[in-house]
Parts: sequence; structure tokens; C-alpha cells
Amino acid sequence: MNSPHKDHIPAVAVLAASALLAVAAISRAADQSPAPTLTSPASPQKTPSADGFIPRWLLLEPIGASGLTDSVVQTAVKKEYFPNQFTVVPHDGDQLTVGGAQLTWHAVDTTHYNVNLYHFAHALGKPTSDVLFWAVTVVNCPQEMRGVRLAIGSNAASVWWVNGKEVIGIYGDRQTVIDDGVSKRLTLNKGPNIVRAAIVNGGGATDFCARFLDAADKPLKGFTVSLAAK
Amino acid sequence: MKHTFLVTALALASLALALDGQFGIHDPSTVVRCNGKFYTYGTGGSSLVSDDGWNWRRGTALPRRGMAPDVIHIGDRYYVYVAANIGAQPKAAINMIWNKTLDPDSPDYKWEEGGVVASSDGVEDCNAIDPGLFLDPNDGRLWLVYGSYFGYIRLVELDPKTGTRRNPNDQPRNLAINCEASDMIYRDGWYYLLATHGSCCRGADSGYNIRMGRAKKVTGPFLDSEGVDMIQGGGKLFAGSGGRVVGTGHFGLLDLGEGVQKFSLHYEADLDRGGASVLDIRPLLWRDGWPVGGENLKEGTFEIESLGTGTALELAVEGMPVGGRRARGGRGAGPGAGPGAGGGGRGMFEGQGGVIPPQDVAQVSKSWPEGNVDVRMANYLCQAQQKWTVAAVPNAGGYPGSPYFKITIAGTDRALAATGDAELVVLAAFTGGPEQLWRMDQLADGTWRIMPKQVPNSKEAFVLSATGSSFATLAKFDPKSERHRWLIKTP
Repeated sequence: MNSPHKDHIPAVAVLAASALLAVAAISRAADQSPAPTLTSPASPQKTPSADGFIPRWLLLEPIGASGLTDSVVQTAVKKEYFPNQFTVVPHDGDQLTVGGAQLTWHAVDTTHYNVNLYHFAHALGKPTSDVLFWAVTVVNCPQEMRGVRLAIGSNAASVWWVNGKEVIGIYGDRQTVIDDGVSKRLTLNKGPNIVRAAIVNGGGATDFCARFLDAADKPLKGFTVSLAAK
Repeated sequence: MKHTFLVTALALASLALALDGQFGIHDPSTVVRCNGKFYTYGTGGSSLVSDDGWNWRRGTALPRRGMAPDVIHIGDRYYVYVAANIGAQPKAAINMIWNKTLDPDSPDYKWEEGGVVASSDGVEDCNAIDPGLFLDPNDGRLWLVYGSYFGYIRLVELDPKTGTRRNPNDQPRNLAINCEASDMIYRDGWYYLLATHGSCCRGADSGYNIRMGRAKKVTGPFLDSEGVDMIQGGGKLFAGSGGRVVGTGHFGLLDLGEGVQKFSLHYEADLDRGGASVLDIRPLLWRDGWPVGGENLKEGTFEIESLGTGTALELAVEGMPVGGRRARGGRGAGPGAGPGAGGGGRGMFEGQGGVIPPQDVAQVSKSWPEGNVDVRMANYLCQAQQKWTVAAVPNAGGYPGSPYFKITIAGTDRALAATGDAELVVLAAFTGGPEQLWRMDQLADGTWRIMPKQVPNSKEAFVLSATGSSFATLAKFDPKSERHRWLIKTP
């Protein structure tokens, strides 16, 4: 019998994959470069992918968290881990302390439609299970854009904010599906708009994808993504 | 209509899920719209009018009284065709009258005589009654089918500019036999001839049933699904008796646009109304290239599932597994493998023994927030926040064939509603506002279009739509979008 649940991935396969990733991670951990699907930004700004996915993010090294139900996740993401948690736009390399541990923000570009948090954490030698990832990006719009929707997928639960307003929460043990969670209609301001996410993973693979959809539910592309350099 | 007139004008109390108001009629014409109202005309001068297609009242009689009229709207004219015996059956004639409006209150309301368009001499194999009009969408040609049991159902061409016979000397074509009340529709390269078989006018003993054949040409031959020509008695069943109604007859197409099609008919006997003959309007579905007589939504408790996403509409609250939350355990050896079976003993597949009852909404809802709650979509897990009770709202009006419904979480008064920004919310309680009233039309493929009566501060029509896999919203209807089509499933 096959089970799609990631906890049921045969142990041999997990060990084999882990061993391969570990080799890559060790070499990358030494120079702080991210995992194979993630690269350090090499340009001031980035455009969304052909399908509208946001490719550039600031990721905070994982914080311990467990539980994926609505109430547990909401409690976990509303807990204050660091100052200005819901307003700060960090810089690449910024460091902060959470529960006595020093964590670093990393600017990354993904080479895929999704951001592989397993690659990210594993390459840094950080835990990938029972963890919470904070992700932030800045979307720059040439003009005000009304009636758009944030559309995300995540493994596993996640909560999302646009310009400080919570717009999506999806819960439970789930895999990343494109446009799994879609916000109500919202307005993107002319200029910078801050998109923030908290992704909570139980075990196994973890990743997310995000894009905006226009009023016709087509991928929104008329914007750039830029992260302030330190 | 092969026997005597039956004039029925019944003042009927509202009974759930039949039409409302006065809707007693026999041999109704195709239902047509004029200036926002719905009209139909029956045998013996009877007439019904409705503002919404749900609540009906007596209308103004036609100046020509006769049997089983049919009506069609072309350009700025409404052509009405009325048959009458002009001697001993089957000697009959079909007369046309026309008007620029069907609204007696309009200054343009004036009937004009158009003359006889078809007749039978009492000897030939035809009884020229029961007219049915068909405007071919391919070429704009107008056709009249008519006839009743004495011989053939016949076809003649009319002039769509005048409603009169195009070539009076052309011989009518014979299309079918042993039936009456014929009408024709077209879809995807096929012409469908629908006609009523069986006997009428015998109350609950009437064998009336609507059957059909199809052809590649308007002139036939019309074969049923078994390949039998209707001119040799063939006919695939379209709609027959069932439930509390007996004797279906006099099909008429009511195309509401955007892929929403309905049909009008009468029942010879509505058992809930003393066996009276009444009008009904029902969804027109299509399956395997054939029309199917659908049924209007019956009240009940349902899972509402998106055809596009396969996820179910739910109140956005934390779900509790049916039977309670269980700690995740080992698989064990599976069902039936007790201790010592070699598989590690009891595991997650052993269940918890006994019958797990349905979730008690009163129990699980204790943890739900009070006040308004968002709506979302999720995999259906038989949980209380995923079960919706759909119930007709008395005196709230309706739409062709059905009343407006309220949609509430089963066992609660928490009501689905539209918001002013064309999104969704579940209110703490149903208060009857138009944003809480829902129209549910069954579409050609059997799925449902669900739309609020009104979105606050908007004059535009919106429908319930899945957005992404896990959320729902309101959107402009796109008949091709699976996100706008819903499965109403028994939970």
C-alpha cells in the first residue's frame, strides 16, 4: 500500500536523499551559499517568472515550532520572536536572536517556481522538521493595482500578510499546490508592497510558491521584486 | 390535446419546490419573456404571467381561444399560434395572431390577425392542432410542427418576417406518428423533435410522457437512440411521471442564456394539488448527445463541491475529525490482524471499534467563533462545518422553476452571504437579506450554478466560484469555467 503522506516516505529513500543533500550542504554551509535551487541575488531587482511566481525572498533561518492545526499555527505565528516581526524588512545577512539562538536572514533567488525551504535549511545545517520559516519580499508596482489576489501554495501550513494585513491562512499537513490558498481581492500600492509569510513544517519536504493573480485570475507580471542590500 | 378543454386556474397555497402562486394550466405554450415578465398561454384561453418565473398569477386571455397555443418572439413581434377544431376531429386549423408586446398595460398592446397557417380537412392523416414553433439558429428559417394522433406530426415553413406560411402550396412533411404536442430544438449539429406520447386529460391515469428523436436535418428523419424512426412510432423518453406528478406533456424550451437552459411542461396531475394540471419549469440537461429532463433542487443537507477543484465549501473553522482526534500511531498489521498476527498488533488501521456516529454540530461548534466567519474550501472529511442545509425561503421570490434558498451550516442558522466587495462570509444568523438568498440553477452537465440574489452595492450578477484550491469567492459567470460549476452531493 502506498501512502502519499510524507511521514511514510520509506526510510531508505529518506536516508539516501539526506546523504546526498548532506554532501552538498556541508560544502555550501562553509561559504554560506544557499542550496542548489537557490542562488544569491546578483542583480538589484528581479521580475516575476513567466508564470508570475515571485522568485526573490529573504528567508530567516528556521525557528522551532510544532503543530499544524489552525489554532496551533495561528498561535505560533502570532508569537513575537523578534522585534518588529510584522513590519521589518530585513537585509541580507541581518542577524537576530530567537530563544537564545542567533539566526540570519538570507536573500535568495529560486531557480524554480517554488522556494525550497528544505534545501535552504539543510544546506545551512539547520533543522527542517517542526520548524517555522519567516519569508519576506518587496513587490514594486509601477502603478496601483486593484482587484488582485495573492495566490500561494505551501508545505505545510502557512500564514501570509500583504502590507501588514493578514490575507491567507492555510493549515494542516499539506503539500505545495500552485494557487492552493488565494486571498480576497486586494490593492497593491504604487511603489513597494511588503509580502510576508510564515511557513510551518511538520516533517519531510517543505517549500512554498507565491504569485499575484489579476482580476481575470491571470498571473500578474507588471512588477519587480527587489530587496534592500545591507 | 386530443380531448376536451381543461381550464384550470387554481389559487394554490405555496408548497415546497413546486411553482408558487396560481400555476394551474393545461397545454402550456413555450414560456416567453417580455419586458422582464414571463408569459405562457394554455388551452381554453388560460394565461399565466410571472415577474420572476417562480410566482405565477392569472394573465390576460388571448383574443383567440383554442387549444394548446405556442408563442415565439422574433424581432419586435410576438407570434402566437392557436388551434381550433373547425368540424369533427380531425378537422382543425391553426391561426396566427401577433402583437408587439404581451403586456396588456403597454400602449403597444394590440393583437393583429395573421390568418391560418396550417389545417387538416378531417380526412387526411393529420389533426392540425398543437402547434410548436422553431427558429433555426443556423439559417434563421422558421418552422411549424403540428399534429395530434390522427396521423402525422407535420412540418411546414413560415416566414419569420410575417409569421405566415412561406409557401402555402408546399406539401407538409411528415415527421412522426402517434403523438402530439411536438416542438423542436437544436444543439451541436442535431435537430431534436420532442413530442408527447400517451394519453392526456385523465388526471392521475394519464399516460402522457415526452419522447424525442434527433436528425441531422430539420426535415428528419428523426430517430430515437435505438434507431427507430419517430414516423414509425419511435421516441426516446425525455421526461415522464415521477415523484408526486403524473403525465408530462407539452415541452417548451426556455433558454436563459449563458448556457442555462430550462424547459416548461405541464403535469396532467399534481398529486399534492388534488390532481390538478399544473405548469412546471425544470432544468434542461444534456447527456451523450441527448437532452435530459432535469429536476429542480430539492431541499436537504449537502456537500457543496467544486467541479474544478474537487474541494468542498466549508466554514473556515478548525475541523475536528469525525469520531474525535486520535494520536497518530503505527500502522500495525491492518484490519482484522489482532495481536500475534505477525504484523505488530493494533495500529492506526484498526479503527476504534463500533459505529462512529455523524458529527454532532452542537458539540463541535462550541469552539467555533461567534459572529461572522470566513468561507473556504477543503477536502471533504464529513465534518460538521462542511455540511450545508439548503432550504427554500418562503415569500422571498424566486427564478424560473425554483424559489430562492438560504444556505446554512446544517444544524445551525449560520448563513452563507455575499459581501459588498463580491466576496463571501458566513453570517452568525440568517436575517433574510437579498445577499443571503441563493439561486441554484442546474446546468447542462448536471452541475449547479449558485448565485446570490444580490451582491450589496452592485447591480451586476455574480456566481459562487472556487478560487485556488482552498478558497471561494464571487465572480462573473463563465459557463466554461469548472470553478463556477458545483456538485451538490449527499453527505
